[in-house]
Amino acid sequence: MKLDSKIPSGPLAEKWTKHKFDLKLVSPANKRKYKIIIVGTGLAGGSAAATLAELGYNVSVFCYQDSPRRAHSIAAQGGINAAKNYQNDGDSVWRLFYDTIKGGDFRSREANTYRLAEVSSNIIDQCVAQGVPFAREYGGLLANRSFGGAQVSRTFYARGQTGQQLLLGAYSALSRQIGKGQVKMFPRSEMLELVVVDGHAKGIVVRNMITGEITSHSADAIVLATGGYGNVFYLSTNAKGCNVTAAYRAYKQGALFANPCYTQIHPTCIPKSGDYQSKLTLMSESLRNDGRIWVPKKKGDTRPPNEIPEDERDYYLERKYPSFGNLAPRDISSRSAKEVCDEGRGVGETGQGVYLDFSDAIKRLGEDVIRDRYGNLFQMYERITGEDPYKVPMRIYPASHYTMGGLWVDYNLESNIPGLFVIGEANFSDHGANRLGASALMQGLADGYFVLPYTIGNYLARAGYGPPGTDHAEFKRGESEAQNKIKKLLSINGKRSADSFHRELGNIMWEYCGMARNEAGLKKALELIPALREEFWQNVKVAGENEELNQSLELAGRVADFLEFAEIMCWDALTREESCGAHFREEYQTEEGEALRNDKKYAYVSCWEYKGVGAKPELHKEPLEFENVELATRSYK
Amino acid sequence: MNLTLYVWRQKNAQDKGHMETYEARDVSPHMSFLEMLDVVNEQLLLDGKEPIAFDHDCREGICGMCSMTINGIPHGPEKGTTVCQLHMRHFHDGDKIYIEPWRARAFPVVKDLIVDRTAFDRIMQAGGFISVNTGGTPDANTIPISKKAADTAMDAAACIGCGACVAACKNASAMLFVSAKVSHLVNLPQGKIEAAERVRKMVAQMDKEGFGNCTNYDECEAVCPKEIPVKFIAQMNREFLKAKFKK
Ligand code: FES
Repeated sequence: MKLDSKIPSGPLAEKWTKHKFDLKLVSPANKRKYKIIIVGTGLAGGSAAATLAELGYNVSVFCYQDSPRRAHSIAAQGGINAAKNYQNDGDSVWRLFYDTIKGGDFRSREANTYRLAEVSSNIIDQCVAQGVPFAREYGGLLANRSFGGAQVSRTFYARGQTGQQLLLGAYSALSRQIGKGQVKMFPRSEMLELVVVDGHAKGIVVRNMITGEITSHSADAIVLATGGYGNVFYLSTNAKGCNVTAAYRAYKQGALFANPCYTQIHPTCIPKSGDYQSKLTLMSESLRNDGRIWVPKKKGDTRPPNEIPEDERDYYLERKYPSFGNLAPRDISSRSAKEVCDEGRGVGETGQGVYLDFSDAIKRLGEDVIRDRYGNLFQMYERITGEDPYKVPMRIYPASHYTMGGLWVDYNLESNIPGLFVIGEANFSDHGANRLGASALMQGLADGYFVLPYTIGNYLARAGYGPPGTDHAEFKRGESEAQNKIKKLLSINGKRSADSFHRELGNIMWEYCGMARNEAGLKKALELIPALREEFWQNVKVAGENEELNQSLELAGRVADFLEFAEIMCWDALTREESCGAHFREEYQTEEGEALRNDKKYAYVSCWEYKGVGAKPELHKEPLEFENVELATRSYK
Repeated sequence: MNLTLYVWRQKNAQDKGHMETYEARDVSPHMSFLEMLDVVNEQLLLDGKEPIAFDHDCREGICGMCSMTINGIPHGPEKGTTVCQLHMRHFHDGDKIYIEPWRARAFPVVKDLIVDRTAFDRIMQAGGFISVNTGGTPDANTIPISKKAADTAMDAAACIGCGACVAACKNASAMLFVSAKVSHLVNLPQGKIEAAERVRKMVAQMDKEGFGNCTNYDECEAVCPKEIPVKFIAQMNREFLKAKFKK
C-alpha cells in the first residue's frame, strides 16, 4: 500500500495558502446538492458541522449523548493556545509550531503542525465573535497565561471551563444551523458500521439508542469526529461513554490506524480511591503553575504532609529538571510520578499518589489570589476527596487522558478510504508522540472551522454528488453485521458483566502498555488480551433486549471493540523499539532514565492495516521528513 | 454503610412506572452516588434483573447529562453539586433514599431515570446564538470588553443545561436556563446586536415547549449545580420588556 500524505510542495510557511488555492471548489449553487454525514459533536465535529452547513451543504450529525452540547470536549479545563503574541513575549506562528513539534518528540508532520499553528489565531477571533467569554484584563483586552510548560503566555482561557465555553460556542453555531434546517441532528444515535461502496466511504449504520432500531444513512462524504480511545484503560479522564467503536469499525473496513501506542497519561489527576472507581478526574495542569510537586525522601513515610520537614521532602521535578521544574511536559511529569511511587515513596492510602502543594504560593500571593485562579478546581477536589487543598496538599496521580494516535489521514484530513475524513482527537495528525497542554482544543477547532471545510470541498468537487441508496448491498451487509453482533451479545447469557471485562482489560493495558512498556510485558499482554476476548464472547451477560433503551447492550458492544483494538496498541508499542514522547520503552533509555529516541530507524508514522480478528495487523510506514527543524533531543533540564 | 433505595422504574415512555425497593450493601463513603448505583446495577444484572437506566457521561460535573432527584431534591442534598459529583460520605448508614427522574411536562420520561431534554436544544436553536459564520471575523482584541462584563457573562455561561432548575420548580419553568443564555450573550457587546430578537424567539419557544411560568419561588437557584443566580431571570425580564417596545 502506498501512503500519500499529499503534503504540498513549497516553503513551509506558504504550503497551506498555496494548497488552498490549488484545491477544487464546489460552486455555491451546487453545495446544496451534496450531503455530508458527521459523527460526533465535540469541538471538531460541532465546528465542522456548523461551518459546512453555513457554506450550504446538507449535513446530518450523529452523537450518542442526548444533546450535541455534552460531548467530552466540554470537560477540558485549562485553555486553548494561539500564536497571537498579544503579550509581546516573543511568540509567533513559528514558535508555536516548533514547540508543538518538539513537544511531540519529532514524530509528527511538519506541514500539518505548521498549519495548526498558522490557523490558531483565527480560532480565537472566531470564538470571540461567537460570544465565548474568555478571561479579560482590566483594560478590556484578552488575558493569557502560560500553560503546560510553554515559555510564552499564549493560552486563552475561560476560568477553568475553557472546553465548555468553546464547545458551547460551536454548539450554538450548530444549533443555529439545526434551527434553519441545514443540519439534521440525530442525538442518542450510535454509529455501528462504516459503509464503503466502490472504494468510497458512502454511509454509516446507526443504532437508535431509544428504540434499538438499526438504520442506514448514506452521504457523499463521511466525517468521523468521534474522539479518542483513552477508555481502553478503563479508568481514564474520558467520559464514560467515550469509545473506539466508530474509529475501529472504519479500521475494519480498511482505514489505517496510525500510532495507536501514543497515549497520553496526564500527570495531574485525582488518585483512585477504591475498586468501585468508575473514572478519574483531571485537575487542570494550570495548577502546576503555582503548586509544587513533592514526595517524602524516605520510603514508606506515613507522616501527614505538614509534619514532614522541608529538608525531608523531595521536590523531584525541580531537582531533575531545574529549568522547567514543576512545568515539565506531561509525559515526563507522569513518568517521574510513577518512578517515585514505584520506589515506595508514593503518598495517600494506596501509595499511588504525589503531593501538589500550594502552601508556598498561598504564602507568597495570599489565599485570595489562589482562590481567584483555581477556586473551582479546589472546590472540585474537595468535593471528590473530602479534603481542603487550601490546608492540606492535594494528592495527584497520572491517568489516561488523551490519545495522540488515531485513524491515519493525509494533509487533507482524509483517510486512505476516499471520502472518509477524520478530525480532532480521532485522527493522528498533529501531536506526534505527545501533545502539549492547551493544544487539543486548538486542533479540534482548527480541523473543524478552518481545515476540513476547505479540503472536503476538493473531494466533493471531484467525486460529484448523489450518494447510493441505502438499499445497496453494502448497506444491507453493514446492517446485518450490526444486527448479528447485537444478537450474539444478547444470546450468550454468561456470568460476567461487560464492565468487569472492561476493568480487566484496563488493568492489562495499564500494567503492560501504560506509562512504561517493555518487550516481555507487551508480549504477555498479547497473550492475555485474546484470552480475555474469548472469555468475553462465552461468558458475558447482557440484560434486556435490543428493541429498547439498553445501556448494558451499548456498553457490551463498545467493550467488544476495545477487546480487539487493544491488540493493535500492543503491536504498535512492541514494534516501536525506541522511546519517544509518551511511548516509553524501558529498554531504550539513557543512563539518566530519559527517553532514547532512534531517529534513524523510527522516524515514521506506523500505520496498521486490519487483517482479521486476532491476526497480526500489517504495518505500513509513512516516513517523516524534516526539512525545517533539526531533530533535537528533547531536554527540559 | 447499608442503604435502602426506592427507585422509579418505568420501562418506556408509555409505561406508567412505579417505585421499587433495593438494598445497597457495604457502600463506601468515598464512592460517588453514581458509583453506588453502578454497584447496585452490577448485582441486578448478575441476578438476571434489569439494571436501572440513568443518564450520565463525564462524571465530573460539566456535561450536564446526569439527572435524578434524590429525596425530592434535583441532584441531591449537596449545594452546587451534580449527582455525579455527590459522594456517599454525605449519607449515613440505614438511610432511606428516594430516587426519581426529573418531573416536568416538557421532559417526558424515556426510561427509568432518563428523561427527554431535547426541548432545551430547541430553545437554543430558536435563538441561543450570535449569528456569525465561520471566517471573516475581526481580530479578537478589536472590541475591548470590561473584565466585569466578561465575568458576568461567564457567570451566566457556566450553565450546564442539566435541567435541574426545571425539575425543582413547582411550575416546571425553564426561566433560569433560558435567562442564563440570554444574559451570557447580552452582557457582551457582540451579543447586543440581536438581543431583542433573541429573547423574543427563545421565550416563544420556551412557552411552546410547555414549560411553566416563573412565580419567583427561586427553587431553581437553590438546586443549580453551577449556582446560577436568579438575578439573570430579572435581567431577562428586562430584556424581554425592552424587546416588546422595540417591535
Ligand atoms: S455526568 Fe456529566 S455532569 Fe454529571
